[in-house]
Amino acid sequence: MKISSLLSGSLMAITMASAGSAFAQATVKIDGSSTVFPVTEAVAEDFQKSKKGAVRVTVGISGTGGGFKKFCRGETDISDASRPILKKEMEDCAKAGIKYIELPVAFDALTVVIHPKNDWIKQMTVAELKTIWESAAQGKIMTWKQVNAAWPDKPLKLFGPGADSGTFDYFTEAVNGKAKSSRGDFTASEDDNVLVQGVSRDMGALGYFGFAYYDENKDKLKAVPVVNPKGKAVSPSIDAVMAGEYEPLARPIFIYVSAKSAERPEIKEFVEFYLKHGGKLAKEVKYVPLGDSDYKHALDNFTKRKTGTGFGGEAEVGVKVADLLKRDPKE
Amino acid sequence: MLESQDLQAIRALIAKAKRWDAFFGVLGILSLMVGVLTFSALFVDMAIQGIPRLDGNFFINFPSRRAENAGILSAWVGTVLVMFVTALAAVPLGVAAGVYLEEYAPKNWMTDIIEINITNLAGVPSIVYGLLALGLFVYQFGFGQSILSAGLTLALLILPVVIVATRESIRAIPQMIREGSYACGATNWQTVRDHILPYSSAGILTGIIIGMARAIGETAPIITIGALTFIAFLPNAPFAGDPPAGLFDWLFSPFTVMPIQMFNWTSRPEAAFQVNAAAAGFVLVLMTLLMNGAAIWLRYHLRKNIKW
Repeated sequence: MKISSLLSGSLMAITMASAGSAFAQATVKIDGSSTVFPVTEAVAEDFQKSKKGAVRVTVGISGTGGGFKKFCRGETDISDASRPILKKEMEDCAKAGIKYIELPVAFDALTVVIHPKNDWIKQMTVAELKTIWESAAQGKIMTWKQVNAAWPDKPLKLFGPGADSGTFDYFTEAVNGKAKSSRGDFTASEDDNVLVQGVSRDMGALGYFGFAYYDENKDKLKAVPVVNPKGKAVSPSIDAVMAGEYEPLARPIFIYVSAKSAERPEIKEFVEFYLKHGGKLAKEVKYVPLGDSDYKHALDNFTKRKTGTGFGGEAEVGVKVADLLKRDPKE
Repeated sequence: MLESQDLQAIRALIAKAKRWDAFFGVLGILSLMVGVLTFSALFVDMAIQGIPRLDGNFFINFPSRRAENAGILSAWVGTVLVMFVTALAAVPLGVAAGVYLEEYAPKNWMTDIIEINITNLAGVPSIVYGLLALGLFVYQFGFGQSILSAGLTLALLILPVVIVATRESIRAIPQMIREGSYACGATNWQTVRDHILPYSSAGILTGIIIGMARAIGETAPIITIGALTFIAFLPNAPFAGDPPAGLFDWLFSPFTVMPIQMFNWTSRPEAAFQVNAAAAGFVLVLMTLLMNGAAIWLRYHLRKNIKW
């Protein structure tokens, strides 16, 4: 009969299409932050190529919080995180007996952007950003003039990531002094491309998101140089972050490796590959690599299986990666 | 004899009725155009963006951080395998349920309740099926985030469609066919097997394919059960491993599907990935159109052979 031959024909096609795949089952399961995803994806791509398909790597995007939930249930081997693990998550992991090694893998430069035709902003201070974004500003700070008398009396239109993202957590911590404390009357989207569109269409717009989205849309946006603690206004760039000048909006991003999974050879190889090639690959996807010595130090921590977090379950701004790696981690 | 005034009044009345007629015709065309033009505009826009990107490599490459090297191999293979599981699960269950309700079920309040529920299930948002499947298939049954879980989830989703289509086409069979069969001494099952199913197969197949065409584009339930987004390998070849367990390895493999690959690409910063997303979208719409085309073709050809 026609239909059955059609069915068996398509089955054959599937079988042939997948015939080239390896039969080995060694799998590295990764989930977590969408911010870290591009770096991990690049590493996963090259790692699988270098292993000629003998190891499978899966990378999901459940967000930093969602990733830790799965990680602490033992469903994943590695968790991508754009912020350190929090107290509640540490407890969950401890309850399930999951020990982990915290490894910084790159920096992201949070970028404050405005419309390209905005000619009154040459630089901004963190205090000015706080005036705009703090929760007390809700419904009150509605024009640029209210922030700085030298700026025009134009409406201020704000764009930012949604409250579930690690970007939001870090920005609010760095600018407003308390994670998740922010005004609520801004256009929020989990899709950074929506924020790019929004800012590029409104003269009075101001927004923030990861550097990669600014870098790809330089013709539509202008990045605001932010005054660092030393009093110098610095534009976001890979060099500025590497030199430690772009403060306080440069943030480290992490992977958390389950200590139990790290016993498996494919996980060990993957993490070593990540820390050896992660810097070059991070730069390729518009993230900022750590210093060479930091990668070596991280690799050393991994080899010694130093489990726990250097943060103690709290957000922290402006910590040096070199110092972080030296800390005695807590679980 | 008609007064000329009456005649004029009647003419005016007819003219008015005709104006309304024309007005409604225009309104109908406009309403139709809203749907058709919106879809055409979207489709053409996607085609213009995406078609230049479609070359052989796009179909045999894995996703990649470099947009120009990225392809949809793992996505389309995933979609085909998930659809295969969906069909395998939904068709026997749906058809059997439909046949039972039409040919066997006693007409009482229990049957009425079941019927109402099936109709309602067809309207349940797909994300609800995703949540149910996450609890049931992924954790309770321990299938994990696999092709099997996804296929069964989508099967649940299209089950009401298959059941309703089966019942509709069985109902279209004249009662005298059944009576003729029973008169010759056939049992209920013999009647179903030799008459009901063959005569209704056109409608049933159409229903199945329309259900599958819906399932192929579903994203929400698949994301809910946690299909991963970066998969640069293929599942084991179906039925090719060491028997008996190896034959079904592929069912438990991690996977990704076309809508998820598209979703992932649209959220990328690089414009080149947006083009990839358009190209993948074009392929997906083409797959759907092809399935709907197959449904029409099957209906036409199978109906031709039925004479009563």
